[in-house]
Order: sequence, then structure tokens, then C-alpha cells
Amino acid sequence: MLEVFIFATLNGLVTGFLLFMLASGLTLIFSMMGVLNFAHASFYMLGAYFAYSLSLYFGFWTGLIFAPLIVGTLGALVERYGLRKVHASGHVAELVFTFGLAFLIEESIQFFWGRDTKNYQTPDLLDFPLFTLFGQEFSAYRGFMMAISIGIFIALYYVLTKSRVGIIIQAAITHPQTVSNLGHNVPLIFMGVFGVGTALAGLAGVIAGPVLTTFPGMATVLGSIVFVIVIIGGLGSLAGAFIASLLIGLLQSYAIASDVGMPDLLSLLGISFDRGHPLNDLWTMNLPQIAPVLPYLLLVLVLIFRPTGLLGKREE
Amino acid sequence: MLKVSDLHAFYGKSHILQGVNFNVAEGEIVSLLGRNGVGRSTTVKTIMGEVEPHGSIQFKGNEIAGKKSFEIAHLGLGYVPENRDIFPTLTVRQNLTLGMKTNTPQGRWNIDEMFSMFPNLAERADVQGGALSGGEQQMLCMCRTLMGDPDMIMIDEPTEGLAPKIVEQLANLLQEIANRGVSILLVEQKLSIALKISNRLYVMGHGKIVYEGTPESLLQADDVKAEWLEV
Ligand SMILES: Nc1ncnc2c1ncn2[C@@H]1O[C@H](COP(=O)(O)OP(=O)(O)OP(=O)(O)O)[C@@H](O)[C@H]1O
Ligand SMILES: [Mg+2]
Repeated sequence: MLEVFIFATLNGLVTGFLLFMLASGLTLIFSMMGVLNFAHASFYMLGAYFAYSLSLYFGFWTGLIFAPLIVGTLGALVERYGLRKVHASGHVAELVFTFGLAFLIEESIQFFWGRDTKNYQTPDLLDFPLFTLFGQEFSAYRGFMMAISIGIFIALYYVLTKSRVGIIIQAAITHPQTVSNLGHNVPLIFMGVFGVGTALAGLAGVIAGPVLTTFPGMATVLGSIVFVIVIIGGLGSLAGAFIASLLIGLLQSYAIASDVGMPDLLSLLGISFDRGHPLNDLWTMNLPQIAPVLPYLLLVLVLIFRPTGLLGKREE
Repeated sequence: MLKVSDLHAFYGKSHILQGVNFNVAEGEIVSLLGRNGVGRSTTVKTIMGEVEPHGSIQFKGNEIAGKKSFEIAHLGLGYVPENRDIFPTLTVRQNLTLGMKTNTPQGRWNIDEMFSMFPNLAERADVQGGALSGGEQQMLCMCRTLMGDPDMIMIDEPTEGLAPKIVEQLANLLQEIANRGVSILLVEQKLSIALKISNRLYVMGHGKIVYEGTPESLLQADDVKAEWLEV
């Protein structure tokens, strides 16, 4: 029992920190633009594919470094020559633009790489168990994922709250005109934030690709969960996004690891149904089966009891 | 230093500035007076590039009409807006840091000096800007602009809602700023501070300059005061 719990916690943290790499960029970009970037997870997918192709020729580590740089550059270009132009036409136009971009990226990936799942592998160097506990192995690659994403989290925290650039970003998000009057190039700052945000999404794709499989639907799978996270956390709140990322990561991991099903709960209450009952499928559901919908369940609960999200501010 | 010629500005269809002409020389304190709603704030916002300018604005020999706000700031023009736009969630020190255009302070001012001039701000260096009193916020806003080492600053109604004692402190600061060779355009409604520290004054009415003179001449001009200023 204890080992199940420990491993579920570790895996939950790995997922949670990975989700935060996407959620943090999405949150920052939302704060700047005022709209959700529906293409954010597409940059995550691009990261995985670029890293896969680079790894074929130059190995995993080259991909790890260059794929996020390429994705970030693409992101900055999209902001500079796409979103900034569309911005003048209002929020609806921006939303439509990011929707279109998400489709475009998915179609391009299918065009260049095909529809099949890519054989993007973890590097040999990390192909060993990091430690063994109660006879169960925790792979070095998962440890590596955790180290990278915690490192990114600390760096992001430090830059945003302690550095001058971070302070300028914080102020530019709420008071762009005032910051511009003080001599700071706000459009350039926004382009930089967009670039870094998409590069982080790309990095998440690079390290998640080998584990969560690299296929054209990977953006949709993770993207919807990341949207749920930023809404649960409270739109625009980085701290909220962090809490929600870990919450969802752990929740899903515990649900998958647990063996508890409806029959156990019902028999606890002294209720039982025979197998012929028409709703038999419902009564015999177990938690691992529900795990994928848990984030959405949580979303509904949060929207009912706290519509602004955990740490969100009320609309003015 | 600053020369504004035939400046027009619009909010939607309403023609707010209708040919504004004035100038500020090096080291000068010049006041822009007038009643509510005549377009004084719009004038400084237009110079700063917040509102689209039509006409000519020369600053230190450069045509700045059409330039972006951050470019104008980089040329050495500072602006202290009337709404005391401090960053409420950042500390006093962080607010000051944001005024600097580079990573290290340079030029006429530095943070320690600001703090010794304003012990109130020094005491609350690590307090969030939003927790300061109105007067302290005004001082912070001014100091923040000075941290960028401007050669000229435009200050919009700094005395609004301040206690007389703080207004006096502010007048002294403005004098000190001018002594260091920084030109000042002071937008005011109250005559007293403007008469006390200005070298020259302009009075604005309905989108145009209607009077130009010195404090002495304005004191004599009862008709101007009666028609364009509330006395
Ligand atoms: N954002 C805006 N949109 C539309 N009209 C505006 C806007 N800002 C100001 N105005 C109008 O422009 C005119 C000039 O405003 P401005 O703020 O320049 O006046 P002011 O001389 O600074 O007076 P005060 O600061 O005392 O209100 C006013 O009639 C005002 O109603
Ligand atoms: Mg005004």
C-alpha cells in the first residue's frame, strides 16, 4: 500500500510539474493578451516532433537544447507578425487566429511527419532505474523530467519576482502605457514573453514526447487539460496555475494507482447489484477508468463553487 | 528644449486640441493653467504619444510627433501622469527600479538620494506601493520618473488632493529638480504653487492657449483670471 502511494505521488509530481511548464506560459500569455492562446499546446507538440527529428541525426541531447529554441523563435515570430497585427481587430479575432494556428500546426505535422506514432525514445544514458523501492523501479528518465521541470519552475520564479526584467514584465501586464512612458519597449517585452512561453511548451514536449508518445493528437490530449488547469487555478494567476497543475497531476496519478471501484464503495454501504442489472457498467466502474475525466469533474466543481478559480480575481 | 506648434488632437470625433502653441526653454519651469476639461492633460498625453498628435512637437531638436512613448522617454522626456499611476502590487523600491531605463542608475539621481529627500518613502521601501497615502504615491511617482534621468519632465496636477504641507514639500522638490538643469512643464489648476515657482505661465481655454505671461503679469491680468481661471 505504502509503495503504491509513494510511486503514485512521484508520478503525480512528474506530471504536475510538466503540466505547469505549459500552464505557466499559457497564463503569462493570457495576462498579456487577455485571450487564451488555443495554439499553446501545439507548440508543445512541435517541441516533441522537432526533438524527435533532431534526435535521429544528432541524438537526444541536441534535440533537448535546440528544439525549444526553434519553437520559441517560431512563437516570437507568430506574436510579432501574426497576433500583434490581429490584436487591432479585437479579442474575437485573436481567438480565431489562435484556433486557426492550432489547426495549421496539427495539419503541418501530419503533412511532414505523417499520422503514425513516432518512435521517439528516451536516451540510453538515462535508461536505468534511478532507485528501487519495495521491488519497484523509478526510472532515471522520470527523475530527469522532474529535475528539468523543477529547475524551470525555480528559474521562472526567480526571474519573475526577483529580477528587473521580471518586475518590468509584471508591471507591463497591468500598466502597459505607464511602463512605456518610463522608456520600456512594451511590444518587445510581450514578444519576448510569448517566445519564452512557447519555448517552455516546446521543452515540455521534448521531455514528455518519449514518455507520453509522440503522435499528432498529443496537443489535443494535453491541451485540454492545461486549459482546465488555468481555469481551475484562476485565469491569469501563476500561483493558481501552479497549485492546479500539481493538484491535477497528483489526482490523476492517485486515481490510476488506486484499485478502488464502485462495487467496493457500494458494498461498504451494504448495497449490491446482480450482474444482470441494466446499469451494471456504471456500478462496476473503477477509479482508474474515471481518471481521464477527473480534471473536468474538478473543473465543474470549481466553476460551481468558485467561478473565478482558486486564486483568480473577480472581473472588474 | 520643447516646442509645440499647431498641435491638434482628437478623441473619436471630438476635436480636443485645436492648435496649441507653446515652448519650454532649458532649465525653465513653465506652468500650463486652465479650468477643468480644457485639454491640459490631453496636451501632455499627446506630447508623450499616448494620444495621436497632429502638428509638430520638437524636443531637443528632434521631431517626436508620431514616435512611440518609450522612444520619447528614451530621448529624455519624463511624464508624471495625473492619476499617480504607481504599480500597486510592487514595492516602493521596485517602483523606483522600474523608472530606470538601464540596469544601473546613472545621471542626476539615485535611489539613496531619493530616500534621503523623502524619509517617508525610505521607511516604506519594501512596502507595496498601493499601501502608501496619496501624497506618498505622488512623491513615488515623481521619483520614479526622475530615476530615468530625464532632461525635462511634464507633471500633471501633482498637488491635487494634497495637504498644504506636502504641497510645500513638492514645490521645494520641483525647485531642486530645476536647479539640476531639468526643465519642468507643470500642469496645474491651483494658481498659488504655479505663481510661486514658475518662470513663465500659459493659460489654456477650450483646446487653445489663450494667455502667455509671467507670474507678475498674470497677477495683474484680472480679465484673464476671471474668464479662464477659477480664482
Ligand atoms: N479618453 C477620453 N475619451 C473621450 N474624451 C475624453 C477622454 N479624455 C478626456 N476627454 C475629454 O477631453 C476634454 C479635455 O480633457 P483633459 O483631460 O485634457 O482636460 P484637463 O484640462 O486635463 O482637465 P481636468 O484634468 O481637470 O479634467 C474633456 O472635455 C474630456 O471630457
Ligand atoms: Mg487633467
